[in-house]
Amino acid sequence: MTPEEIIRIIKQSGLRGRGGGGFPTGVKWETCKNAKGNIKYIICNADEGDPGAFMDRSLLEGNPHSVLEGMIIGGYAIGSNEGYIYVRKEYPLAVETLNIAINKAREYGLLGQDIMGSGFDFDIEIHRGAGAFVCGESTALMASLEGRVGEPRAKYIHTVEHGLWDKPSNLNNVETWANVPVIVVRGANWFTKIGTGDVSNNPWGGSKGTKIFSLVGKINNTGLVEVPMGMRLREIIYDIGGGIPGGKKFKAVQTGGPSGGCLPDSLLDLPVDFDELTKVGSMMGSGGMIVMDENTCMVDIAKYFIDFLKGESCGKCVPCREGIRNMLDILTNITEGKGKENDIELLKELGEWMQESALCALGTSAPNPVLSTLRYFQAEYDAHIKDKRCPAGVCKSLIQFSIDAEKCTGCMVCVKACPKDAITGNRKEAHILDQTKCIKCSACYDMCRFGAVIRK
Amino acid sequence: MKITITIDWKTAKTERRTPIIKVAEELGIKIPTLCYNEQLEPYGVCRLCTVEVVKGKRTRFVTACNYPVEEGLTIYTHSEKVMQIRRLIIESLLALCPDVKILQSLAKELGVKELRFEKGKEDCIKCGLCVRMCEEIVGLSAISFADRGVDRKVITPFDLPSDICIGCGACSFVCPTKSIKMELKAGDRFRSLPGNERFCRYAIMGIIPNALCANSFRCWKCEVDQRFIEQLNTHPIFLSKKRKTKEVKDYITFLHKIRR
Repeated sequence: MTPEEIIRIIKQSGLRGRGGGGFPTGVKWETCKNAKGNIKYIICNADEGDPGAFMDRSLLEGNPHSVLEGMIIGGYAIGSNEGYIYVRKEYPLAVETLNIAINKAREYGLLGQDIMGSGFDFDIEIHRGAGAFVCGESTALMASLEGRVGEPRAKYIHTVEHGLWDKPSNLNNVETWANVPVIVVRGANWFTKIGTGDVSNNPWGGSKGTKIFSLVGKINNTGLVEVPMGMRLREIIYDIGGGIPGGKKFKAVQTGGPSGGCLPDSLLDLPVDFDELTKVGSMMGSGGMIVMDENTCMVDIAKYFIDFLKGESCGKCVPCREGIRNMLDILTNITEGKGKENDIELLKELGEWMQESALCALGTSAPNPVLSTLRYFQAEYDAHIKDKRCPAGVCKSLIQFSIDAEKCTGCMVCVKACPKDAITGNRKEAHILDQTKCIKCSACYDMCRFGAVIRK
Repeated sequence: MKITITIDWKTAKTERRTPIIKVAEELGIKIPTLCYNEQLEPYGVCRLCTVEVVKGKRTRFVTACNYPVEEGLTIYTHSEKVMQIRRLIIESLLALCPDVKILQSLAKELGVKELRFEKGKEDCIKCGLCVRMCEEIVGLSAISFADRGVDRKVITPFDLPSDICIGCGACSFVCPTKSIKMELKAGDRFRSLPGNERFCRYAIMGIIPNALCANSFRCWKCEVDQRFIEQLNTHPIFLSKKRKTKEVKDYITFLHKIRR
């Protein structure tokens, strides 16, 4: 098989980047192959940093050879002799298994000089990250690989032309690489049978193949699931995930990691693919899927993700650095009951500003959790701002616990559960809660079997 | 090969991959910037030079300082959306550094009326001019960015007095907010060498021949900076050629020798 044939197959298969962007892999390979320069690099992005997502980790730990094989095929197709795997620092086991796999591959002559007598040389090196979320961004990853500070730069000239050490570089996600060998063995037609849309004319026309999702949060069966593209959210959450524990109601699902969006139950019948998720204001991302039940406060969730991004933004450009800081200030005020009438508009304005003017994908997607919760759960923001009330009972400044003397049986359970000794009372007498001591930890509320603790 | 682009309804012929800001400058269109300096690599972080670029059917917002032009681009430098982006940039920076003159005047120019964000007390906008100046032109990297995100700041290594800083004042000169100031007493560190030799920072930079000083090496009375800035409207460091890695290494060993 010639390199051109491989690229043709990958293009026909409609494989799109699994790291989040959804860029057609074949198109990327072709551009990199045609880019000027003798030295080209193949990079595998294994800097998986989304909270609650571990798709790449399972692949690297469970089946590292599929990734190596994909990279070797990619190297052959593009005309590269050197590959790098950028692994997250927190994945020591992945590094260990990868090292074993690389050494085995070298032993069998699948890596190194003149692979299988084909005259093609290719070798892979592992590079361990240093604990920065932003290094999952391609230009920041390359900067980090070069030994510089992991900060993104403008991508007006693409990395497939000027990437690592200014040489044409082809970067793909772990999952993308793992898809390559299967496509080459089984053919593009087999791959296009799975998934949505039509990619025969337009590589952006649909999403093909399968995708691994990391199903976590308030769900019965947590873990990794590999599903065909276009499966409905409802099927993933209820049929595979087994629904919400404790018979609670579904409230939202957050797709695409910290910079994805929260989708409400009205969108449960949405087919999960790149374009549909983008249309509703979320994204595929690397495949994180966090399910939330009715006890989740959406303002608090937006605040949580913005707080995560505050710690992970590199701070290079103004919209991301100052936008996140200001958003977090506003959201904190809202959850503390200090929200103002025009806060919602200001959040929207800030969000759109960041989407349009931030430097890298982290900055442009950072406002997604805020914008999507504003889009689907604005009533909750209104309740926080206007009524100074947290409907889900999560925001501590806006709730108060009290004990209903009529329902209280005097069982002493809450008295023992309270970490601050705020509840007093004797057996078989109604207990009393001291508001000045209460830290609103909700322990009494969770423990009471008679519904005597009231949360308002 | 020349290509044709349109900026604000004016047509311009230029080389491929020239930054938009240079083409606009030739046409007499002023684009505000905070982190751009012609002599340094564009950094694209203040985003104040954001312009609207129409390429085929697609409209994008890009930074003029580093966007390479291509055939057939249509660029709007002052569209309503662009102005809105600039206003928010200035508003958030001014909220962070309320006392900075350049931000106050830009706010007036762009029509920023009220500050809706919590106010800070800083005076550094993290434009990175000083860091790039020290790295690219002085060739020393005596200062650099440390920390991440909102905590990002410019410091010397470990926030200790730098042992390679030559006190040239270039960082202070390029700083748009005047956040970096020169300490007069630091000049002492460059005054004398072991063994009666005298040395000045301009000599270290290679601009003035060694051991010639009308002030007899009293740096606090030095007029060179002032003269350069008044007459040439630039800093003397721009006259020294860019240093190569080998030169810098020699130079750092040399500096270490002086200190001991």
